[in-house]
Amino acid sequence: MNLHEYQAREIFARYGIPVPPGEVATTPAEAEAVARRLGGRVVVKAQVHAGGRGKAGGVKRAPTPADARAAAERILGMTIKGLTVRRVLVSRAAEIAHEAYLGIVIDRRQQAPVVMACAQGGIDIEEVAARAPERILRETVDPRYGLLPHQASRLAYRLYGDAPRARAAAEIAQKLYRTFLESGASLVEINPLVTTPQGELQAIDAKMVIDDNELVRRPELQALRDVEGEDPGEVEAREAGLSYIRLDGDVGCCVNGAGLAMATMDLIQYYGGRPANFLDIGGSSRPEKVIAALSIITRDPSVKSILFNIFGGITRCDDVANGIVAATRESKLPVPITIRLTGTNEDEAVRILESAGFAAMTDMDAAVRKAVELAPAQPQAG
Amino acid sequence: MPILIDRDTRVVVQGITGRDGSFHARQMLAYGTKVVAGVVPGKGDERFDGAVPVFNTVAEAVEATGADTSVVYVPAAFAPDALYEAADSGIRLIVGITEGIPVLEMLKVVRYVRERGARLVGPNCPGLLSPGRSKVGIIPAQIAAPGNVGVVSRSGTLTYEIVWQLTRAGIGQSTCIGIGGDPIAGTTFVDCLEAFEADPETDAVVLIGEIGGTDEQEAAEVMRARMSKPAVAFIAGQTAPPGRRMGHAGAIVTGSAGTAAEKIAAVQAAGVPVAARPSDVVGLVREVCAAR
Repeated sequence: MNLHEYQAREIFARYGIPVPPGEVATTPAEAEAVARRLGGRVVVKAQVHAGGRGKAGGVKRAPTPADARAAAERILGMTIKGLTVRRVLVSRAAEIAHEAYLGIVIDRRQQAPVVMACAQGGIDIEEVAARAPERILRETVDPRYGLLPHQASRLAYRLYGDAPRARAAAEIAQKLYRTFLESGASLVEINPLVTTPQGELQAIDAKMVIDDNELVRRPELQALRDVEGEDPGEVEAREAGLSYIRLDGDVGCCVNGAGLAMATMDLIQYYGGRPANFLDIGGSSRPEKVIAALSIITRDPSVKSILFNIFGGITRCDDVANGIVAATRESKLPVPITIRLTGTNEDEAVRILESAGFAAMTDMDAAVRKAVELAPAQPQAG
Repeated sequence: MPILIDRDTRVVVQGITGRDGSFHARQMLAYGTKVVAGVVPGKGDERFDGAVPVFNTVAEAVEATGADTSVVYVPAAFAPDALYEAADSGIRLIVGITEGIPVLEMLKVVRYVRERGARLVGPNCPGLLSPGRSKVGIIPAQIAAPGNVGVVSRSGTLTYEIVWQLTRAGIGQSTCIGIGGDPIAGTTFVDCLEAFEADPETDAVVLIGEIGGTDEQEAAEVMRARMSKPAVAFIAGQTAPPGRRMGHAGAIVTGSAGTAAEKIAAVQAAGVPVAARPSDVVGLVREVCAAR
């Protein structure tokens, strides 16, 4: 789960990481009031779960409270990568003498957290890692002992030449590691870590991604989830225990298992179609899950054809068939449906479906091809 | 000879009385797996289905039954300790089925298990099936048949799909192993490839990968440099958008290294054919085996 910048910076501040003063606002008047309270020049920043806010015009400097109001008027309601901006962060503008990067990620290969730093700020760390890996300073952390003081120091002295700044940076790195660990994060980033003309360090942007598997035991972080900032289908899916991601195609698919769901999407593309979503109904597919899945798929107006692809193992094909029949008993589906199922209780499923007027297929390729044919051809984008 | 498990594997089921644990314990027993014990704290003295003794601790189970392999169905909140306990009790192979264990917990678990000389498969995995010999985990037995193709995968049902197509085409399997969909796993593709390479009864390997991480790239390097046996791959997630977790916690593209395109290129560069569709795997397996 991604946190908004304003949420992440509050957590950073709680751990003693220096962040410039600021508050979140949902209206231009609020933004103006915050700017007045802060005094001096401020920055107004869109709070959406999308990268490239600056390029999209979602970050504006405002010398006066009236400018902050005007900036918020322009940013609130703007759409960045399909997401509507409903909040802005108004924060005191920092004076910048130097920018650096400091972050912590999980290195899957080393199976360890890695603290990364770079003497350049505001960068895309993945991009630098790919193009100029020698510019990234790294300290691999043994998860049992945490970031050791000398590791933080070593990183900080390589990042900054002068002792006062290195000492401050080492301290920030330690605090950032505690934030990472105690929040169950999979990524934390200060980008940029700014040096002011007075030589002080400040975290100007804050990014945190929480491991979804941590949320069960961390209700306080779960509460930070911005449901309004997400696709309504994705919210409904999560509540129903489904894994759903909306895409921009027109063949809606419902599959059991994440790997098979991805392979089904790929096969839709292979046969010239475009998947409308990723949807995994999981292992034990009770009929209710199927009903929820169909409701989520059909609420997407771009879906022109629906495909079920079920490989029955633990998932019982008859459960899925019963779900499809129950979901379509009250209201007919607005678009054609293609059903492929094979495996556990396949015969019973076919009987249930056929007596309700549905055809059932057993071959994955044939079913995907048919579902693609049933979606009227769209002009290819790009 | 299959890899990691065989007819003599003696299995203890941690969480044998739970919903998943009991169902799959019965499936394993029906398949002929030597399920010699169950462990549920507080339920020692009981017998599962009147046959399998249940113990309070893994240590007791190992002592009383000689169990050497554990399969863990314990809920996520308690699973890390179940994995530590198995490693602490002399278990050689630990198969973690549980989904939803936090990554920060797994970082510690994998080190602990390794230091005690045990092997962990998973977590969030379907386990292992050596057709005709033993099944440890949740892979449906009826989809597989004994044979000489090793299958290793990060997913569950996609594996079943491909194994089932192999079986229908008359191509049996030495062992099917699911290493799991989490970003931190005890066993990697590389580990499995090395085991298949060393297994005299495996003639060829099918590797089923997906987006996220660089496990496939590392596997490609091993297939190129250290494997004499032919391999075929399928990589899922070509249409997956970046930055989104596709069901599996580990299936997320960050940067370019995790994309399907990059993985396919790496595997192909190693001289291993990559199937465009799951249904192309059978044909490719026949080709690489014929060319050998």
